[in-house]
Amino acid sequence: MRPYLLKGHERPLTQVKYNREGDLLITCAKNLQPCLWLSDNGMRLGTYEGHNGVIWTCDINIDSTRLYTASADQTVRIWELQTGKELFQFRQQEPCRAVSLSVGEGLLAFTADAFMGAQSMIHVMKLEQDIEQQSSKSILSIEAPRGRITRVFWSELNRCLVTSHDGGFLRKWDSETGQMLLEEKVHEDAIQDFQLSPDGSYGVTASLDKTAKLVDLETFQVIKTYKTGRLVQSAAISPIMDHVLLGGGQDASSVTTTASKAGGFEARFFHKIFAEEFGSVRGHFGPINSVAFHPDGKSFTTGGEDGYVRIHHLDADYFTAKFF
Amino acid sequence: MATEEIDRYAIAAELFPNQPPGFPLDLDTFDLREIDFPRGNDFGIASDDDIDDEQDIQTESGFGSVIVVGNLPVVPPEKAEKLSAIVRKIYTQIGTIREGGLFMPTDSQTQLTKGFAFIEFSSPQEAIAAKEQTNGYPLDKKHVFAVSMFDDFEKYQKVPDEYEKPDPKSYQPAENLHSWMVDKLGRDQFVIRCGDMTEVYWNDGKRGRSDLVYQRQYWTENFVQWSPLGNYITTVHRQGAAIWGGPKWERLQKFAHPHMRLLDYSPNEKYLMTYSSQEPSHPKESMTVCFIVFDSRTSRKLRVFEGPADEYAVGTSATGGGALQWPVFKWAGGKDDTYFARLSKNAISVYQAPDMGLLDKRSLKLEAVQDFLWSPSEALISAYTAEQGNLPARIVLIKIPERTELRQKNLFSVSDVKMFWHPQGDYLAVKVERFTKTKKSTFTGFELFSIRDKDIPMEVLELPNKNDKVLTFAWEPKGHRFAVVHGDGGPRPSVSFYTMRDEKGKLSSVRLLGTLPGKACTHISWSPQGRIIVLAGFKSFNGQLEFFNVDEMETMAAAEHFQATDVDWDPTGRYVATSVTSINPMENGFKMWSFHGRLLYECSKDKLFQLSWRPRLPSLLPLEREAEVVKNLKSYTKRYDEEDEALLQQADADVLSERKAVIDEWQAFVDSKREFAALALAFKKQMFGARWEEKESRMEKVTAEQVLESKEEPYVP
Repeated sequence: MRPYLLKGHERPLTQVKYNREGDLLITCAKNLQPCLWLSDNGMRLGTYEGHNGVIWTCDINIDSTRLYTASADQTVRIWELQTGKELFQFRQQEPCRAVSLSVGEGLLAFTADAFMGAQSMIHVMKLEQDIEQQSSKSILSIEAPRGRITRVFWSELNRCLVTSHDGGFLRKWDSETGQMLLEEKVHEDAIQDFQLSPDGSYGVTASLDKTAKLVDLETFQVIKTYKTGRLVQSAAISPIMDHVLLGGGQDASSVTTTASKAGGFEARFFHKIFAEEFGSVRGHFGPINSVAFHPDGKSFTTGGEDGYVRIHHLDADYFTAKFF
Repeated sequence: MATEEIDRYAIAAELFPNQPPGFPLDLDTFDLREIDFPRGNDFGIASDDDIDDEQDIQTESGFGSVIVVGNLPVVPPEKAEKLSAIVRKIYTQIGTIREGGLFMPTDSQTQLTKGFAFIEFSSPQEAIAAKEQTNGYPLDKKHVFAVSMFDDFEKYQKVPDEYEKPDPKSYQPAENLHSWMVDKLGRDQFVIRCGDMTEVYWNDGKRGRSDLVYQRQYWTENFVQWSPLGNYITTVHRQGAAIWGGPKWERLQKFAHPHMRLLDYSPNEKYLMTYSSQEPSHPKESMTVCFIVFDSRTSRKLRVFEGPADEYAVGTSATGGGALQWPVFKWAGGKDDTYFARLSKNAISVYQAPDMGLLDKRSLKLEAVQDFLWSPSEALISAYTAEQGNLPARIVLIKIPERTELRQKNLFSVSDVKMFWHPQGDYLAVKVERFTKTKKSTFTGFELFSIRDKDIPMEVLELPNKNDKVLTFAWEPKGHRFAVVHGDGGPRPSVSFYTMRDEKGKLSSVRLLGTLPGKACTHISWSPQGRIIVLAGFKSFNGQLEFFNVDEMETMAAAEHFQATDVDWDPTGRYVATSVTSINPMENGFKMWSFHGRLLYECSKDKLFQLSWRPRLPSLLPLEREAEVVKNLKSYTKRYDEEDEALLQQADADVLSERKAVIDEWQAFVDSKREFAALALAFKKQMFGARWEEKESRMEKVTAEQVLESKEEPYVP
């Protein structure tokens, strides 16, 4: 398995994301231009120019025509995915972090960090069919308890918003009234990433408490715990196999003090049900900040603190070997 | 989704009345210690109250520094002042009386003094000294002082006037402390501390797993320590130490020693010594240290050693920084736990149990003594005295209690000496660093004493390469060999093995068995049964391991436990545990290996602080019987082989059924989510409409032609 090594960002990656079909790959990083790549061979198709700060996350609509990015430059922007043209921006007073489209793409939820005395917030925007009509006024703003909100998702027929938080909390909110419906502390430390299963009934969290957990999205009950012994920055669920992919490694600030092997920068495969590690893929020389599975489950991408994106097409024996 | 409105806090407040305000809403507003548990339920957290009672409350102006002087003359008010001046004069010689700290009560009717006075000193120590020095002080013929501590009055008042016969306590059969030794599978136990938890496991190496025996949160505040025979586990608390044992892990005894930091057992765990130190109140004063010897079965305090740290930090008992090196008191080897000793200035003080007094009431004089060690098997001291002017440095072997010098050896131009006893006390190796003739550098040699042979013959060993420094030395337990790690400062040192015996087992001159050059090794660890040694490379070698058979002089297995910090053999020499403790921020956990280096299982434990094996009681089998068993091993093992086979088959079946149970559980979860997922899918289809349908997609290559520029040029032939 030889990966494609993509050098499109000179700064640490923040998120890698496939579109619905998986032919396109968007990478966001701490530099100012998110990149669009062909996921098959790693050819760069273009960049999105305009942001003025770290791009934390992005979301892509179902037809792969629009890209939504949330940035620390206090904007959430809408781009035409094919041309890289900026269509609209939601100006905020605080850095924006997580962004998510509702089912049907009528609504957009994004989160803003606590900043200059303001609380961390979840905003819900109504998306207009015609971009000319788009308003930047939120239809709902929810004030969240202290700590940043790292991910947001729509759940239960757009009736709920699910958020993951700095303090290890998962919270569920009513998307109409903004009332908190459920709160559960599932981790001892910050939840860095939260990705859903293909059917959206459960998700996998990645936390700085050195574990990743499989969580029932309805009840926030922890179903499985994956212990790694190192910080976990990102976790993804394989769409076809009973596997979970974890990325992370030693804190970037102490990387230089140890050998690169000591950092534990491998992408690690765990069996989803037995919660046991059975393989790892080396390559990055800094912690992995984001991992994502191709929607067909046959390849995966990792984005690291080292500024590289690696696309791995899994070998045939990955699918045939019996690990347990 | 309907969530029932439950005010959890209201329920909590109702369940637990009389709690401090704010409970349990906001942890910051009240002290957790103020919470009362409901009667009869301690939530598994042992109360500290009973330990606390034994601790003196010493507030700064407590009554501990007040004495009562009785039998003073009864005088009228005009003379009272003079009397108080006299009393003040007597007591200011002993200590500082606090301002307004002298009070002589007078009778309100007669205006005469009542014949006693209260005096408050600035410290309890002064008050104690004043009481001891002036009790019985004759002021004149009629008035002899009767001095007592103020606090004692309360104590004496509590004494009932009539003697009450104490109820004889009925005999309560103790639990079998040896229960762990009768395990049917012959497994060993080990304890780990990770985070707040302390957990005891069976090591089931055959089936490649460990089974939890007992676990408890906040069991200890610092570390845990097994007693040398493994009967007790010792926990450390602010109030002192406690020992636990038996099948239910009940507390057997507690030993009050506030702020104790370290502890040490006598080899047969009859006695327990604890240590605490107190920072001086004044920076110029030295630290005071306190050692207490307890009887481990009754928790009776047998003797307290107290004094400034300098007094105890002598020779090698002191580290470079002047701090104490534990253990300060060392116990003699052997079976009876009678003698223990410490280093004093120019002497070794040997104490005798059970009265804990100085042996023959005098220390063992040894000029310039720097270090001493007991033989692990008998009351035999080996001591090293440094060079003084023309007097050579000496190694002496002294028999206790006779104080006879069995052997001595003079050494010249010595820079440093370190002694290593053979674990069974058969040999003593002395590593000597000597100055070269130029005095600019040193070289290393060994003096090897064979204790069991007539007149204790001695041999000298020098390393083949003069520049080599010795990094580590270790005797083979139950054997006649030793291993030395040496190098000339390069990254990879060499490991050499020597033997003290010839092929027939007779004492002969020390012989090199072999040298392994360039090993990634910083640490060596012999199996408790000898023969096999683990060469481990920590730190920069990243935890490389080599399992080496010294009988055959061959490597059995090489492995790695990445970033390992510790290697521990189980007491039987069947298994080796390597661990990454919290010195490393990541990958904390342990791996279990068979003695020949096969990885049996691993376990990841975040914030692992400690792993230690439970020692085993010595075998009851006489040596001859043991030899016979070894000789006829085949016939003995047959039965066990069959048992093992059955066990393994059962274990395999267990794993399979466990796997199946996990899968079933998962399937049940997936099934329970079917409806949820179907609903979500239907909703998506409805919301996206036609966009949801996946379009036919195929990859095709498109060749596009683009005209950039066209220019007409006249044809020039």
